[in-house]
Amino acid sequence: MSNQHQPDTGKSPWITPFNVVTSIIVLIGIYLTYLRFTGGLAAVTNLDDNYPWGIWISFDLLCGVALAAGGYTTAAACYVFGIKKYHSAVRPAVLTAFLGYALVVFALHYDVGQPWRLAYPIFVQQGTTSVLFEVGLCVFLYLTVLFLEWLPAPLEWLKMKRLRNIMIKLTLVLTIFGVILSTMHQSSLGALYLLLPSKMHPLWYSTHIPIYFFVSSMFAGLSMVIFESTLSHRWLHHKMDKAHLKGSDHVTFGFAKAAAWIMAGYFFIKLFGVVLNDNWGYLNTFYGGIFMLEMLGFVALPALMYAHGVRTRNTKLIRWTAAITVLGIVFNRFNVSLVAYNYHLPSEQKYFPHIYEIGVTIFVVTLGLIVFKFISTRMPILYDHPDYKH
Amino acid sequence: MNRRKFLGAMGAAGLGVVGAEKAADAAKIKGLPDSYAVLFDSNICIGCRQCEMACNRENLLPEPDVDFHDPSVFEETRRTNWKTYTLVNQYDDEAPGAGWLYRKIQCMHCMEPACASSCFVRAFEKRQNGAVAYDPKVCVGCRYCMMACPFNIPAYEYHLALDPLVTKCTFCEHRLVEGREPACVEICPVQAMYFGTREEVLQEARRRILENPDWYQNHIYGEHEMGGTNWVYMSPVPFEEVGMRMDLGNVPAIKFTSGALGAVPIISAFWPVLLVGAYAVAKRKEKIAREDRDKFVSRVMAEAGPEASRRLSARLAKSEKLDQAAIEEEVRKALDEAAAKTEREDH
Repeated sequence: MSNQHQPDTGKSPWITPFNVVTSIIVLIGIYLTYLRFTGGLAAVTNLDDNYPWGIWISFDLLCGVALAAGGYTTAAACYVFGIKKYHSAVRPAVLTAFLGYALVVFALHYDVGQPWRLAYPIFVQQGTTSVLFEVGLCVFLYLTVLFLEWLPAPLEWLKMKRLRNIMIKLTLVLTIFGVILSTMHQSSLGALYLLLPSKMHPLWYSTHIPIYFFVSSMFAGLSMVIFESTLSHRWLHHKMDKAHLKGSDHVTFGFAKAAAWIMAGYFFIKLFGVVLNDNWGYLNTFYGGIFMLEMLGFVALPALMYAHGVRTRNTKLIRWTAAITVLGIVFNRFNVSLVAYNYHLPSEQKYFPHIYEIGVTIFVVTLGLIVFKFISTRMPILYDHPDYKH
Repeated sequence: MNRRKFLGAMGAAGLGVVGAEKAADAAKIKGLPDSYAVLFDSNICIGCRQCEMACNRENLLPEPDVDFHDPSVFEETRRTNWKTYTLVNQYDDEAPGAGWLYRKIQCMHCMEPACASSCFVRAFEKRQNGAVAYDPKVCVGCRYCMMACPFNIPAYEYHLALDPLVTKCTFCEHRLVEGREPACVEICPVQAMYFGTREEVLQEARRRILENPDWYQNHIYGEHEMGGTNWVYMSPVPFEEVGMRMDLGNVPAIKFTSGALGAVPIISAFWPVLLVGAYAVAKRKEKIAREDRDKFVSRVMAEAGPEASRRLSARLAKSEKLDQAAIEEEVRKALDEAAAKTEREDH
């Protein structure tokens, strides 16, 4: 391919299936935004006084952050632990993480009542006893770190050599910052639920829930990198250079192996949770069924599938497993924030998202796709810039 | 050095605000025996809903959906909302409004409120007078307080587009500062509520139980629940039967998260050490591997060196000879050709 990893010439046709579908979603999103900021939360959500947090928290915040964990795991593997063969995976992972966090913050503007005050906890009055303060501070700091980690790509694209070289020198420091902030941030999202033991089902409530969230974020991030590289190979193959294509197998097998181990560990710490809190009796109930489905179907099973995939060098199996694992993380975060929460309420008082709430979430994810495509077809994300090959 | 001191020291070194703040809070609200409190007695309440009306007027709340004199509201169990800071529910099986078991609901004004420990802009404050006050000027609207409250009290103005706020009972703090009782207490025609300092209120509750042990559960709800509240309850029936959970425990909410927050300075201080260590180990491994390789190469070179260079020079000498021969051959050919050419021209 002669035009391999060249920037778009701008001559490609505008009417493509991707553009048409995303345009429609964006138009709907703009309309929903109008509704939200003229009619209030009541106009677009099913939130009420018993359910102050809906899917914008469950999906956009909890899942968004967990699935952005590929940024810190990949960067740490490559730069801190020195596993250089993962180098080609760092830039797409960091870009995904950066966009993921940016979208989390964007989505929060819809969810909080007065979004123009979103920076108050940092700049106006600090509620340091709140776990949410830790969450907010970490999002703010980590978004900045991710931006700086991502910066070399646009700087290479814009040919700003000197600034780019300075940023590259900061890589290790930024990576370590990223790991610290992610550790605290991933775990503190779980810690949010520590405050409400009386409203949480015992199968999901544990004093170890911050650790559960942190550990599960690791394999969520690894799986997301595999899952996303599958999509990139499908749609953006022509943007990849030889090094990226060659490195991609290393990444798939290496990450699958790591994920299998971490998921096995996660399975056992969750099992210890059941043992320590003596929750055996709940396993026989409706909630127990959901819990078992989560633990066996979305943790144990994919862990074994990953292990098998690595042993038999089966890329296809690993890619499917990554998709199942990502789905499992979404299932877990929903279970904690919507199924376990308010479990004692009668079913007619329970929350189910409004179609507009789902619409806003789809809109936010679509924005992420559009920006990812824009950046990865222009900037050196899936290939090394010719000026900086090593 | 005990654990608290250790955490304090870690805090001072790192993100110290967390530990320090908590200690200060705990000292400030310890007990508050002289704060105002209210005792609600379910034995006395007749479900007239005068308190609801008084609250509505005192706090300039919007008109209710159903009139304050309409007993149909008792058909369902209600909760607080943005129009209603307090309300009375009926918990017996009699006709709506004609029963004998009622309970009033409003903010419990916890001594160590979950809402306050949940708020990331400190919009909630436990006052010396006993009220848990809300500051609408900083509220972002994250609604974590509503998640956190074990009594399901704070509500939200979901219908407002631009300036929605959290709503809840204020303890009529504007009246407390004048030494007056809350509007709901004042209006009650049967004195189902007893207003005083927390100490007085608890003593009154104990007196009632001692004088009429058959009428009351031997428990003052709120004396210890969730660390203690400034509104306390007495009931003729087990508290679960008037919709009050007995499984909340006596630990204040802030204790549920203090362990996790205490880990923050430790993680932020120790993770860098660990990670830089891992980096150094990886680098050193790389260096050792490189040195080993170089050493191996030079050893091989050293062993095979003399023999190799002898062979090399022999090969070179040989090829030089061959080259020489080839050049001479070429020159000879050229000379012959030149000679032949001259001969042809001569003819």
